[in-house]
Amino acid sequence: MRTLADAFAAARDEGRAALIGYLPAGFPTPDQAVELIAAMVEGGVDIVEVGLPYSDPLMDGPDIQAAVNAALAAGTTTDVVLDTVAQVATTGAVPLVMSYWNPIEQYGLERFALRMAEAGGQGVITPDLTPEEAADWITVTTRHELDRIFLAAPSSTDARIDRVASVSSGFLYAASTMGVTGGRTAVSSAAPELVRRCRAITGLPIGVGIGISTGDQAAEVASYADGVIVGSAFVKRILHAPDHAAAVVAVCDLARELATGVRAS
Amino acid sequence: MTDIAESMTAATDPWHFGPYGGRFVPEALTAALDELDAAFTTALADPDFGAELAALEVHYTGRPSPLTPARRFSAECGGARVYLKREDLNHTGSHKINNVLGQALLTKRMGKERVIAETGAGQHGVATATAAALMGLECTVYMGEEDTRRQALNVARMRLLGAEVVPVTAGSRTLKDAINEAMRDWVTTVDRTHYVLGTVTGPAPFPRMVRHFHEVIGREARAQILEAEGRLPDAAVACVGGGSNAIGLFSAFIDDPQVQLRGYEAGGEGVATGRHASRFAAGSPGVLHGARTYVMQDEWGQTLPSHSISAGLDYPGVGPEHSWLHDTGRAIYEPVDDAEAMSAFAALCRTEGIIPAIETAHALAGAMRLGRELGPDAVIVVNLSGRGDKDVATAAAWFGIDLDGHDQGRAPGMRP
Repeated sequence: MRTLADAFAAARDEGRAALIGYLPAGFPTPDQAVELIAAMVEGGVDIVEVGLPYSDPLMDGPDIQAAVNAALAAGTTTDVVLDTVAQVATTGAVPLVMSYWNPIEQYGLERFALRMAEAGGQGVITPDLTPEEAADWITVTTRHELDRIFLAAPSSTDARIDRVASVSSGFLYAASTMGVTGGRTAVSSAAPELVRRCRAITGLPIGVGIGISTGDQAAEVASYADGVIVGSAFVKRILHAPDHAAAVVAVCDLARELATGVRAS
Repeated sequence: MTDIAESMTAATDPWHFGPYGGRFVPEALTAALDELDAAFTTALADPDFGAELAALEVHYTGRPSPLTPARRFSAECGGARVYLKREDLNHTGSHKINNVLGQALLTKRMGKERVIAETGAGQHGVATATAAALMGLECTVYMGEEDTRRQALNVARMRLLGAEVVPVTAGSRTLKDAINEAMRDWVTTVDRTHYVLGTVTGPAPFPRMVRHFHEVIGREARAQILEAEGRLPDAAVACVGGGSNAIGLFSAFIDDPQVQLRGYEAGGEGVATGRHASRFAAGSPGVLHGARTYVMQDEWGQTLPSHSISAGLDYPGVGPEHSWLHDTGRAIYEPVDDAEAMSAFAALCRTEGIIPAIETAHALAGAMRLGRELGPDAVIVVNLSGRGDKDVATAAAWFGIDLDGHDQGRAPGMRP
C-alpha cells in the first residue's frame, strides 16, 4: 500500500510537487463520487482527500457547502465514506479522509481509525481539531499507523506552527489565506511566507490549499510547496456539468491541467 | 463512545467544564481567540475596565434591574412567592446588553473597528448594533432568513441603529446557520473584526467570558432576594437556549446547594414529535460550533434541525457549562413545549401587566410547574430575561388576535 511518504518521495524524485485533490464522498451519489474520484486520479492526482460530508461545514465556502448538502441528502454516512476510501485505494492513489471532528467522535475514534486502516486509508485531515483536544486521537492514529494532518494558517505564530507540526505526520496543511474554501482570482501572497516559516520549523512536507483552481496557480504554488491541494475547483466543475458523463470528463480535464501545472516549475 | 469516556476524566481547566467546552476551531481562528483571551484576562485585572463597564451598566443599561415580587402571578404558581429579575427593563429590552457592552469595550481595547454577531430572536443583534452605534464600530449581524421573518421588528431596529443585517439562507435558516455564517465572516476578516458571540457557547474563551459579563444578574438578584426575604431562594429559574441568561442567574447560587437551579429548554411541538430544541431531553454529547457539549444529532454526528416557537431557544446546541451542571446534577433541565410556554406568556400578561419574551415564557412555565411542586412556602427567582414587544405578531397569531384592530373577543386560554 502506498503511503503519504511514498507519494511525496515519488514526486520529489520527479522534481515536482504532489497533486492533492479533494472531493466529498457521496456527491452527487456514492457510486458517482467513486467514478469522479477515479477520473481525478486518471487525470494525475497523486493523493485523494475524501471529504466526509458534515451538516455544519464552517470552514467551507458555497461550492463545497452545496456538494456536502447534496451528499447528505443522498444518504451519505460515515460507512459510505469508508467504502469510498476502500475503492479509492484500488486506484493506486493515496486515500485520506478530510473530516470535521464531530462525525469522527460520534463514530468512535478507535472504530474510525480501525476501519480507515482496513480500508487502506493512509491519513486523516481534521480542520477543526486543535492539538489541545487531540490526545486520544494521537493515541489511536498512532496505534493504527494513520497519518494525522493538522492545519497551519497565516495568522499562526511560529510557536503555534511548532505545536501543530509536532502532532502532525505525513504533511502539514498550510492554509494559503485567511478565509473559507473556494477559488480566488489570485493565490494569496501570504502563502509563500507561511511556507517559508513552516520550513524553518519542521521537516514535514508542506501542502498548500485554499484558493487554487487553475494550472497556472498550481505551478506557482508548486514552485515553493511540496503539495498543491485543490478542492472547490473540482466541485465547481461537477456542479456546473450538465450530466454525470460530462462531470467525469470535466474533473479529469482539470486534474490534467493541474498535474501539468505542478510539473511546470 | 469509549474514547469520550476516557476524556471524561480530564480535569477542569480554564478552557473546560469537566469534559465539555474546549476549542474545536479552524487554525485560522486560534490567534484571534488567543488575542481575545489575553485582552479579557488583562481587562479583568484592570480597575479602569471594571469602572468603565460599571458606569455603562448604571448610566446606559439602567442597572441594577429591579427584582419584582409577582404577587398575582404567584397564585398561578401554587402560591409560591415568585420574584422576577427584570432584565426586560434593561436598555434594548433583554439581558443581552450586559455581555455586548463588555465585549464592545474589549473590541476597542484590541484596536478592532468592526463587530459581527449572530442572532436568533434578534435581541442579541439589537444589543450588538446598539453597542456598535454607541462606540462607533461597524456592525454586521447574521440572522437566519426564517428568523428575519419571525422577528421583523428587531430587523428594523438593527437597521435603524446602522447595522447591516444579512439574512442567512443556508441550512435550516435559523440560529445555527447564522453562527456558521458569522464564523465564516470572522475567519476571513479577523484582523479587523471581533465576533461578539451572543451566548455562553463557542470555543474558549467565549463561554467563561460571556458568563462573566452576565454574572451581574445573579449578583444583584442574590442581594435583592436576601433583602426582600431575608434568605436565599429555594430555586433559581431561567430559560436555556445557549444559556447566557441562565448562567448569569445561576452563577451566584451554584455554591449554595439549598438553591435548586432549574433550566427550561424548548420542547417545541413536544419532544416525542422530534420537532423541539431539547438538547438534554433528546441530545447527547458532541462537538458543535467550537465546543464539546450536548447536541441534537443523529447517530453519525450530523446536527439535527431544532424547532421552537421561540427563535431565541431554537438552537441544537447549548453552553458547555450547562452540560457540566446537567451531568453533575447541580442543575436540572426540562423541556417546556410551545403550548405550555404560550399559556405562561398569557398568564404573566394578565396577572402582572408584563409582556415577556416568548423565550422567557418557557422559564415562567417552569416556575408555574415548580411552584406547584414546592408549595406556598417556597421562594422562586425567575430571570425575566427579555420583554415581548418583538413577539407581538407571533403571540397575536397564536391567540387569534387580529392585528388590524378588529375585536375577535378574548383570546383562547386567557383568563380575565
